[in-house]
Amino acid sequence: MAGVNETASLAGAEAAISRDAGRRLDAVFRSGAGIFSILVLLIAWEAFARSGKVTAFMLPPFSAVAERIYADAIAGDLWRNLAVTLFRALTGFAIAAVGGVALGALMARNRIVRWFFDPIISVGFPMPKIAFLPIIILWLGLYDVSKISVVVFDAIFPVVTATLAGLAGVERELIWSGRNMGANERELMWQIALPAALPQILTGLQVALPIALIVAIIAEMAMGGYGLGGAMMSASRFADSRGVFAGIVEIAIVGYALIKAMALVRRRLLVWHHETAEDR
Amino acid sequence: MAAVMRASAAYLPLLLLAIAWEAVARLNLVDSSALPPLSKVAVAWIDLVRGRELIDNGAASLYRGSVGLLLAIFGGGGLGLLMARWRLLDVFVNPLVELFYPLPKSALIPVTVLWLGFGDGSKILLIFLGCMIPVTIGAYNGARGSDHALVWSARSMGANRLRMMWDVIVPSALPELLNGIRTALALAFILLVSSELIVSQQGFGYLIGYLGSTGAYEGMYAVVLTVAFLGFAADRLYQLFIQWLLQWRE
Repeated sequence: MAGVNETASLAGAEAAISRDAGRRLDAVFRSGAGIFSILVLLIAWEAFARSGKVTAFMLPPFSAVAERIYADAIAGDLWRNLAVTLFRALTGFAIAAVGGVALGALMARNRIVRWFFDPIISVGFPMPKIAFLPIIILWLGLYDVSKISVVVFDAIFPVVTATLAGLAGVERELIWSGRNMGANERELMWQIALPAALPQILTGLQVALPIALIVAIIAEMAMGGYGLGGAMMSASRFADSRGVFAGIVEIAIVGYALIKAMALVRRRLLVWHHETAEDR
Repeated sequence: MAAVMRASAAYLPLLLLAIAWEAVARLNLVDSSALPPLSKVAVAWIDLVRGRELIDNGAASLYRGSVGLLLAIFGGGGLGLLMARWRLLDVFVNPLVELFYPLPKSALIPVTVLWLGFGDGSKILLIFLGCMIPVTIGAYNGARGSDHALVWSARSMGANRLRMMWDVIVPSALPELLNGIRTALALAFILLVSSELIVSQQGFGYLIGYLGSTGAYEGMYAVVLTVAFLGFAADRLYQLFIQWLLQWRE
């Protein structure tokens, strides 16, 4: 048991970091300064690239990269690659979310399931699971199934540990009073235990989502084909540095949007919870 | 003795998995090239160690990983502490940290290759850039949470800025800083192995890809399991280190 709790603290630590990062953006002054710093960064990029100190190959100017993104968007390549990458990352994330919560709930309820999976989860969580990529290619080939499987394999661990820790932390009194009022085991799980554990489960999902995106992109880079990662890698092979930097900017925007969307989902789902009230 | 028994009982499911693996492969339930028996993987592992492939590639990986991670810890930790103490830096750098925090770090792989080529430099830069932000955020949050009363009393006792940083701010930021480093450690392994897998001529990831492409699947499994074990062991050792370092907190 200790093993799973230790690894859960890894997920907790990452989530605490992302939660704090969101909360800090509140003051108007700060958001003004934020837009200012991003503008300064982009202007510095443009000026440095045009200064002649670096070649356009090492660092193409931001305007050229923006032009490239625009051209890709008009031609439709951008949307196809974006759709393919999001499909893989989000399908893998969804499977990991459902599977991870189900496995966590089973482990919390059934001693044998728990005995069996406890060491597997606690040993597997800190492993660099991306090293298994060639084995998964060997088994499942180079197409979507293997890319999605890698994502699931990597993203499921934080979900399982967060679900387990969340269910273990549900107040006994809640369970007792539910049982007193005649709830059966299924109702206890669905109507009392899982909602009470929801904040921690969502924390696990917030850790799993960026992992899903990172791994989807690595898989695309390693296996090639369509997708933002694949497009970046082929641009890099053809020494097309505008394409590489266009990829970075696109992937950065996607990552930012997904994390913000997940934080929004958390706030909507936890409207009833005191944590949401604290945020206001 | 009882503790050893309990620990081995807790890890019994892993042993069962290993036995199931061996049985499935030996009984030819699956294609033996897709899943070679564990015993053959062990033999291949010994051969790889004897032939020095595993040692040489491993040394290259560990060098890249540790240099990149150390740079990230000092660079990121220093930046986080400075941001927490110096408001102007905080206001202007924090938005950039927030901008780069959600960037899927694997997107940096082709850029570092573009800048520094296929060798050690690009991997070290990748790990430095990728691992810096979690350390920065850990140090920043930890230092901002440090007790104002402690800071005031240190100041009234005449501590200068540097002493204040080292004797008051750093120790109180330590727990969160160490957690940030733990995230960075896990990330370093992921970035190292995947970048070596995608573009490299040396290292664990390269060896995995090379053995896989030549059909030496026993060897490939041996290296994959080695990397997985090293990642797990590094995390456990780091946790022991944290416990030892934080003894002074009750």
